[in-house]
Amino acid sequence: MPGKLKAKIVAGRHLPVMDRASDLTDAFVEVKFGNTTFKTDVCPKSLNPQWNSEWFKFEVDDEDLQDEPLQITVLDHDTYSANDAIGKVYIDIDPLLYSEAASVISGWFPIYDTIHGIRGEINVIVKVELFNDLNRFRQSSCGVKFFCTTCIPQCYRATLVHGFVEELVVNEDPEYQWIDRIRTPRASNEARQRLISLMSGELQRKIGLKVLEMGGNAVVGYLQCFDLEGESGLVVRAIGTACTLDKLSSGSAPNTNTHMSPLAHGCRSTHNSPVHSVCSSQRLSQNFSVSVPTLIFTGMGSGGSAGKEAGPLRTLLRQQTQTALEQREFPFFTLTSFPPGFLLHVGGVVSARSVKLLDRIHNPDEPETRDAWWEEIRQEIKSHARALGCHAVVGYSESTSICEEVCILSASGTAAILNPRYMREGCLDIGCTDHRFEEPSPPNCGFCHIPYDELNMPFPAQLTYCYHCRRQKVPDVLFTTIDLPSEAAVAGKGCLIQARLCRLKKKAQGEANATAISNLLPFMEYELHTQLMNKLKLRSMNALFGLHIQISVGENMLLGLASATGVYLTALPAPGGIQIAGKTPGDLSSEHISSIQKRINDTIAVNKELYQINPPELAEEGVGSPIPEPRHRSRLFRSHSESSDELSELDLSHGKKDAFVLEIDDTDAVEDIHSLLIDAPPPTGFYSCNTENMPGISNWTSGVQMFTSVRVLRLSNANLTNQGLNKIFTDLCENLLKSFYFKLRSMIPCCLCHLNFTVAVPEEELIQVTVTAVAMTYDKEQTQEKTAEKPINKGQSLWSLEAEEQLQFPLELCADSSSSNIQTASKISGIINSASVDYGSFADRCSTWLELLRLKAHTIRRGSVKTSRRTQSLRSHIRAHTPPCISVTVVKMTPLSFLPGTRIIKYLGIINMFFIRETTSLREEGGVSGFLHSFIAEVFAMVRAHVAALGGNAVVSYSMKECVFMENPNKNQAQCLINVSGDAVICISETDQESSASTANTGQTGGSETDGAT
Amino acid sequence: MSVELDVFVGNTTIMDEEVYQLWLDGYTVNDAVKVRMEGGVMDECEASKDVLLSDTMDQYRTFQMCERLLHSPAKLANQLLFQIPPHRQIMLIERYYAFDDTFVREVLGKKLSKGTKKDLDDISAKTSVTLKSCRRQFDNFKRVFKVVEELKGPLVENIRQHFLLSDKLARDYAAIVFFANNRFETGKRKLQYLSFQDFAFCAGQLISNWTVGAVDNMVEDMDVDLDKEFLQELKELKILITDKDLLDQHKSLVCTALRGKTKVFIEMEGSFKNLSRGLINIAANISLPLRLYPCRSDRWSAADMKLYLTHYTNSAHILDTFKHQVVWDRYMGVVKSCIFKMYHD
Repeated sequence: MPGKLKAKIVAGRHLPVMDRASDLTDAFVEVKFGNTTFKTDVCPKSLNPQWNSEWFKFEVDDEDLQDEPLQITVLDHDTYSANDAIGKVYIDIDPLLYSEAASVISGWFPIYDTIHGIRGEINVIVKVELFNDLNRFRQSSCGVKFFCTTCIPQCYRATLVHGFVEELVVNEDPEYQWIDRIRTPRASNEARQRLISLMSGELQRKIGLKVLEMGGNAVVGYLQCFDLEGESGLVVRAIGTACTLDKLSSGSAPNTNTHMSPLAHGCRSTHNSPVHSVCSSQRLSQNFSVSVPTLIFTGMGSGGSAGKEAGPLRTLLRQQTQTALEQREFPFFTLTSFPPGFLLHVGGVVSARSVKLLDRIHNPDEPETRDAWWEEIRQEIKSHARALGCHAVVGYSESTSICEEVCILSASGTAAILNPRYMREGCLDIGCTDHRFEEPSPPNCGFCHIPYDELNMPFPAQLTYCYHCRRQKVPDVLFTTIDLPSEAAVAGKGCLIQARLCRLKKKAQGEANATAISNLLPFMEYELHTQLMNKLKLRSMNALFGLHIQISVGENMLLGLASATGVYLTALPAPGGIQIAGKTPGDLSSEHISSIQKRINDTIAVNKELYQINPPELAEEGVGSPIPEPRHRSRLFRSHSESSDELSELDLSHGKKDAFVLEIDDTDAVEDIHSLLIDAPPPTGFYSCNTENMPGISNWTSGVQMFTSVRVLRLSNANLTNQGLNKIFTDLCENLLKSFYFKLRSMIPCCLCHLNFTVAVPEEELIQVTVTAVAMTYDKEQTQEKTAEKPINKGQSLWSLEAEEQLQFPLELCADSSSSNIQTASKISGIINSASVDYGSFADRCSTWLELLRLKAHTIRRGSVKTSRRTQSLRSHIRAHTPPCISVTVVKMTPLSFLPGTRIIKYLGIINMFFIRETTSLREEGGVSGFLHSFIAEVFAMVRAHVAALGGNAVVSYSMKECVFMENPNKNQAQCLINVSGDAVICISETDQESSASTANTGQTGGSETDGAT
Repeated sequence: MSVELDVFVGNTTIMDEEVYQLWLDGYTVNDAVKVRMEGGVMDECEASKDVLLSDTMDQYRTFQMCERLLHSPAKLANQLLFQIPPHRQIMLIERYYAFDDTFVREVLGKKLSKGTKKDLDDISAKTSVTLKSCRRQFDNFKRVFKVVEELKGPLVENIRQHFLLSDKLARDYAAIVFFANNRFETGKRKLQYLSFQDFAFCAGQLISNWTVGAVDNMVEDMDVDLDKEFLQELKELKILITDKDLLDQHKSLVCTALRGKTKVFIEMEGSFKNLSRGLINIAANISLPLRLYPCRSDRWSAADMKLYLTHYTNSAHILDTFKHQVVWDRYMGVVKSCIFKMYHD
């Protein structure tokens, strides 16, 4: 289905001086799409040229529209010699291809050159006319919406969640082609940028096709990655969750039910055709593969108590659900947060790693091996989930680490059971039947209840009855990769917990290297896990969310970094302390031991205070369920390399021992304990987490500061031990955090959210840590409120967002059949029952809360009528309210899916940009730091410019997925590759909306938008 | 083990005003860290020296990258590289163009040339303003001078619009440009006690009353060049001292008015001739208007001076044969206010 792409070049400004003689530039522009090129006139002798060109029209297939970027090149005209390129702008026109997103791209774009960076700006207008709107969905995947956000986007409702989609495309890396030897670095970089842009476009189109095949219209949690495999090629791969999304409009009464379509089969990629013309591309092959035993993280502890038998009906239902999901090849979801009630139970983290050897293959007809590799890993994940009694994996992600020809593929997720109500069509009736038989799972503790059979547990775990509802079993510790469910009951605040580890390895080649690495992996996983567990106990917490374990491979070492957000779930038992023990009871250093013990106890006490962990005291009597047996103290072993025999099964629980003991048997052990205690708590006024929401803080104010920080350490000492390396690596991470706290001290009280650490070993003696996070201010006064009261906490962004989601529920129930009314009633009573222990007045609150929601519903309805009108006028508002001298729209960026105090009213499309920057005058640009500093600033600027040109004022779910830095100081050279992505949105201030809804005055909006940039 | 690379980039550019000032003042990174440590910033966030060093380096880099934009402040508002809130932009510009009074006092009235720039290390040593800071300030003067040199319209307004400066700072720059253009010497020992602000005030008076711009506001350099016709006319005021009758008449009128109103009457009466000669000679040879010094006397209070000059000016109007009333007012108005300004300790 063809379409017409139109582009107009308006003007340029701040152009560089290209003619030294006159200090001026004779600029003109080439506009290229596919194989068609147009040129503007030359605008002589001006650094601020006004071209005001005609509309350049390209008639193209929409397949090309999806794959190709619009390429704009600014050149300096030279009568006698070749024209000099000033720089380029690539514009991804995908956002123009679906009706709900942007309708025009118009604005100032930085002119970018891979050698010189940004050189002036150019004003461009781009439009697309698609012929025959009706049919275009059949031909290509135009119209499928993509979201990086890992939850259901704010102004949408998911009617169906279809499931996992994945795809990968492969090509030869231009940097390694023979022609690279004769072309300039600039030409090579541009070839690479263009190729990756093409490949991402192709990848997105192919994923889109699969979504259409499944009957969906959107991909949520879209995660695209590059594998720069050097000689063996370039892989672009993506995963996501296919959904059918409905735009929430004010008129139609929202239908809350989200279904998963049982019939859709998880589409799998078939062939990864190389991009277009390249027919002789070398493909990748596997000639060596080691699969690493996989860890299953769940609770630790000893001997479960016998539990109640599950009702037969419940089992039956579970089976039904299971079969529905089993029809899919991979019941995986890249989402990390879900509509309330979607997630029933969480089993624990499942992960799989595999070490592969990359090699060129000489037979181009050999079937693609990459797909097979990933398939293998996914199968493993699936079987782990099944072992945990779960039928689905949520919070799923995949990653790679490459060093020379060795590649570690990793996948991880959280095994879970999803609500059967969401599995079938016409679920309302069944939902009612479900309810009669299945015990209502209280929303604030239900997800903690174990999904597996107590009598047939996959691993020894210590179970107790849920501290909330007293009906079902819970583990003593819960690890997950998802975000904390909004309805979960927590005590106190959460905090970032990191485990860091370095392991030296011998330099080796080929298979020997791969074997060495895969032998090391289980030990690393084990130690990371041990560290996490100890640190969790030290903070007196019992659950981890957003767990992400990265293992990075270098030539002579492996780096492991596990990050998660610790939290105290009130449904789970309180964590026991940590006991220190000497190897033998009558040890000479008993004094020493007792002093360490004291330090640990003190730290625990301090942390309890710091994170305000005061779990509600349980009145043991008056609770119908049996009192849980006294907790056993679980024992924690330190791992030693010598003890490899015991560890072969990787039994992390060490269940049957009766004390949670750290044994001190050598100096290493002492150091380990010291390193445990070394983690300094954040200074007063700061909190940190790596998840979407900070447990215990919800009353955000408008201060938002997204940042990226990169630090590279050079290890000068060649004779480092593992211990010494660990210390260096830990200090590196801790110092980074300290730097952040210091830099952001003006924002106190403030929380660093979504702290995302990425480690790499770019060269033999270098360790690189890249961090992207957002600092958000909050209102200190209101943090003292109890968790249970939060939903009432009106006017605060996060919760009002959520209240809105939940709002659909009561709305529907009021208007709908009686059967659903019963459902609410039982649901509410369920809450009352479960909360009766210490939330006596909750029932009252609950009903007033419903009232409030109902009231709010009307406001919101009225509000959203306004909203749609405001959408069009928003830009003019922003313009009108900014001071006349400021012509640049403020664009906020955040790695979270929301911006505090605002409401997203429109998603404008996905931002997915790849840049290369290279320099041959490193010293002149301020050394490596100066070079990277300006490059990152330039990347931010280009992202902001694209968002502003789409008419947006923010980027949500922003992430820097790749930051590959290479230097050669001796040659005065450096090169860096950066890949960023996110969702461009228009958001409006929450207070604006409320005030305009009540006063019907829309003239006030936009003003606070622009000044809110902190 | 060493930190090879260390950067921190915020979506909204993070800038610490204290560090910015240290940078502007020409401190090296290490010196700045020392100053900050002494300032007690470490206690604020449990920071260590390393943290402080890394933060200072980051900020210095940011400022260096911004410096190019600060040279033409209008660019700062519509560039895309740094997202800086408007009030911060204003702060950045204002502070970048701020200068040390001690420094400006040294170069005021000198030609803004390469020669002067070479003397900056002497000035730096003399004023204890770092050489780096001296260079920045000197380059600022030069840049502003160059831009407004060829512009039409009021000087202060041009400076304010081109460099987005506050009214106060724009006026100061106007004074600097004015002095540099007219090369009024301010380095004389007798004038040492005067501050830059005193001179700036005088320059303001001169600009608004004695320049071409005072009569025609659409010519080039209107506020920088003095009105030549007016200067010609001033020569004719000489009659007040060359004509004996006029001088005596003037003296008696002033003395009558002053008698009994001041303690230093005797002295005033005695020095009338000298004073009048001094004032009129300035008019005849305006290139050094700051010879106004002769009026200064240890025993006269500011009030005395005011009284004397008021009557001195007014009495001239009563003189029958004195025909240059308009020029006289235009001249004495400025001279009076300048002398008042300078007449302090």
